[in-house]
Amino acid sequence: MRKRGVGIAAGFYPMGMSGGGDSSQALVKIQPDGSAVLTVGSCDIGQGCKTVLAQMTAEVLGIDYAQVKVVNDDTDNCPLSFGTFASRVTYVDGKATIAAAENARDILLEVAAQMLEKSPEDLVAADGKISVKDDPDTSLAIGEVAGAATFGMRRLVVGLGHYMRDPATPDPDTGECDPVCSLAWAANLAEVEVDTETGEVEVLRLVSSYDVGKAINPMLTEGQIEGGGAMGVGAALSEQLHPHYPGLEDQPTNLGDYAIPTTMDIPDLESVIYECPSTNGPFGAKGLGEMTANCPAPAIVNAIHDAVGVWLNELPASPERVLRALDEKGGG
Amino acid sequence: MTMKVVGQRVKRYDGMAHVTGETRFVDDVIVPGTLTIKAFRSPVAKGNIKDLDTSAAEAMPGVAGVITAEDVPCNAYGLVPDQPVLVEKAVRYKGEPIAAVAAVDEDTAVEAINKIKLDIEEEKPVFDPLEAMKPDAPKVRPEGNVFMFGERPFRQIILGDVEEGFKKADIIVENEYLHPSLEHAQLEPQASLAVPDAGGKLTIYTVSQALYFHLGQLLGILQMEPDKVQCKQWAPRTGSSWRHNAGFSDINYVGGTVGGGFGAKNDIHADHVTALLALKTGQPCKWRWTREEDLLYSTFRGAWRMTIKDGITKDGRIVARQIKSIRDAGAYSTLNFYVVDKHSFLAAGPYFIENVYVQGYCVYTNKPPASSMRGFGITPATFATEVQIDKIATQLGMDPWEIRFVNAFRKGEHTATRRVVNSVALVEVMQKLAEKAGVDLPDKLMTMTSTERG
Amino acid sequence: MYSLEFTVNGQLCQVAVDLKTTLLEVLRDKLFITSPKVGCNTGDCGTCSVLMNGKLVRSCITNALSAQGKEVTTIEGLAEAGELHPLQEAFHDNYGAQCGFCTPGMILASKALLDENPKPTREEAKEALSGNLCRCTGYGKIIDSVMAAAEQMAQAKS
Repeated sequence: MRKRGVGIAAGFYPMGMSGGGDSSQALVKIQPDGSAVLTVGSCDIGQGCKTVLAQMTAEVLGIDYAQVKVVNDDTDNCPLSFGTFASRVTYVDGKATIAAAENARDILLEVAAQMLEKSPEDLVAADGKISVKDDPDTSLAIGEVAGAATFGMRRLVVGLGHYMRDPATPDPDTGECDPVCSLAWAANLAEVEVDTETGEVEVLRLVSSYDVGKAINPMLTEGQIEGGGAMGVGAALSEQLHPHYPGLEDQPTNLGDYAIPTTMDIPDLESVIYECPSTNGPFGAKGLGEMTANCPAPAIVNAIHDAVGVWLNELPASPERVLRALDEKGGG
Repeated sequence: MTMKVVGQRVKRYDGMAHVTGETRFVDDVIVPGTLTIKAFRSPVAKGNIKDLDTSAAEAMPGVAGVITAEDVPCNAYGLVPDQPVLVEKAVRYKGEPIAAVAAVDEDTAVEAINKIKLDIEEEKPVFDPLEAMKPDAPKVRPEGNVFMFGERPFRQIILGDVEEGFKKADIIVENEYLHPSLEHAQLEPQASLAVPDAGGKLTIYTVSQALYFHLGQLLGILQMEPDKVQCKQWAPRTGSSWRHNAGFSDINYVGGTVGGGFGAKNDIHADHVTALLALKTGQPCKWRWTREEDLLYSTFRGAWRMTIKDGITKDGRIVARQIKSIRDAGAYSTLNFYVVDKHSFLAAGPYFIENVYVQGYCVYTNKPPASSMRGFGITPATFATEVQIDKIATQLGMDPWEIRFVNAFRKGEHTATRRVVNSVALVEVMQKLAEKAGVDLPDKLMTMTSTERG
Repeated sequence: MYSLEFTVNGQLCQVAVDLKTTLLEVLRDKLFITSPKVGCNTGDCGTCSVLMNGKLVRSCITNALSAQGKEVTTIEGLAEAGELHPLQEAFHDNYGAQCGFCTPGMILASKALLDENPKPTREEAKEALSGNLCRCTGYGKIIDSVMAAAEQMAQAKS
């Protein structure tokens, strides 16, 4: 018999290294034509940091996304980053990037102020131009300003940025500390169908809701949500690195035996993005790379309970484990 | 001010390179004359090396270099430097690298590996952290099988008084959960290419997720840090032109484009070995792990055993939560203790609970070292506490939504480490979830907010 | 050694191989075409996928000599006259690629599908791509990309 059930799970997740002390630096160079090169030390592991950091740079400078190039290739050229982990890059590199872009913009504003015989505070950079705040028709193209800065005023238009959260050492007895940059919030709903004869569980629906502070790029945000969702389904139902844990027998040695989800195992995922701005984050953003993999498994386990009345205290909810639980319960 | 670029669905920066196949990963970097590396790994999970004979491998035509522990200037690395690049005496897990060969091609490298002779005294391993914690357990590590958080064998978090909390509770719910070990299964396997140049600079193409973090560790392994002993492999090659140790600038660590990480590439797997063999042979050296090696011997999400005891009042409020978590760390510290810290700080979950006691243990076993994976220690905590809260709801006859709304953090409350939460949105996130999923929640829940505890 | 003669992306190639050389080794190590990836070398992940006479094969478990006289297409051969294939456009537009490691194989598997079934349902698309693993995307946006490309190609025809 196939029985259906629904389960939910909630969660939260910190941005940045727990305990702080993780730095990132950024460098924004304005080329003589007004385009920009952002240099950072964090890796793009697929999550898309080059994209979101380029967006932030473009936003601050008032230029197009296409006019920003990102260099993150090597340690000879790129400034320090602690690395791409701990859901930290959007937040920590984002803050460093914004600081660097603002720093570069300030130089442009200074130069434009000289050219327009105004004070830098009277000017604003937007839409590819630097214009006078209360007289928008008086403006210079950013390229014009960058060119004048480079060739006329012999200035190197480079902005520098840095962000590091202060280290937070936990109290040895109570653990008291302020360990994280910001917290993001999550809730998932899973609907499953359990085959009481084979023990197989099929995920029919996985609906996700995440607070990301600010989705710098909603398409990439969805990408993280869906990718983490699939990883969560794999953890919930099929993945076992040590099938006879704690022993090492019968360990999978190929990706046929270590069964990560395929297209056939994942339903069309539904998600909703909620934006509760981080008090200190870049444009209010938090990070969500990791948290998306956390809620699916408990939501699925709770859905299995809703469907057939058994609790699984151990993952994955493999057919064998589901059948054993049904047997123990008696009668299915 | 309205934003023009932030918040927009602009196309992925490197998307065009991806869809044309132009994106260059480490294994796609082709340098003429590159040697292929294979590792000689321990056949046993625990043992003591009596003798290692690599002479037959070294004598083989086509073999350019063989390295063992003797060739590693500083044979200990990691945040807490306790992991050898190549085992000198004590083997702590099956598959631990003991030697590595660089040869003209893969077949030659494999043949050379097969010619290495190892005399090892096998010892009784321990795989179960619960066994490893016992005083008479086989010693995985000389300093003991349980990682010390300062003076304690566990990270301790105390908020309020759980015993007092349990007294106030109407029901107590206690359960044990096991979160299994998981593999990242990132599609790009561990790989590294090290290219030396005559000027004394080493270029390493890496899959690292954390360039600077690993660069610092590599400099330690190669003893290239300023003020330390000069790298002994390096000196003969560069001779008198090598005037000083410039440190970070001696290696150009090339990466930034990674074929999936998920935490798999937060620890050095291959770069130290390629660097050492490149320095020894003077030739570019590449090491690409097989998928089998990646599954069996790379870092992974270590398993967790969690016991949760909750005290709950009839209205569904969790008034006390006691958690004992045991992390199976495998054989080395890697990022395990950090994972346990992160777990312990937030294990009590996204709920305001006034009395919390957490003990987070990090226990060594004779498995390959576990380390970071997407979600660190929060993933197992979320699994356990979110199943637990459903069990509580069932026992109270309460709706699983309602119990979460009742306990959810509100603005200004604080976590178990007394960190005040400001940007709070669990209530709203759950309301959005219900709307999206088409679940009709009672007005009582839909009108709640994260700004006040109703 | 044997002489393998075959066409890769429209170009005739001649390569010396032995009996155990795989097609993947020929492409990557001899012809320096690196878009087919070594993800597993056991035929499980699909990152080495290429088209041989239009059919999807896993080049890591395909003997090189079986390509004798045949036509092999990698993603480098998909663009025509400087125009990207609609699938490439669609994967870029719909965020069908995150880390990019599975992408060449995934797009070629999608092409094999659309060549045979220009108007697949989502379920058919899922089935056709079930042998190609992706750990980043959760597949949703990959299937979106395939459906968008099918739509675009149908419109271009009419």
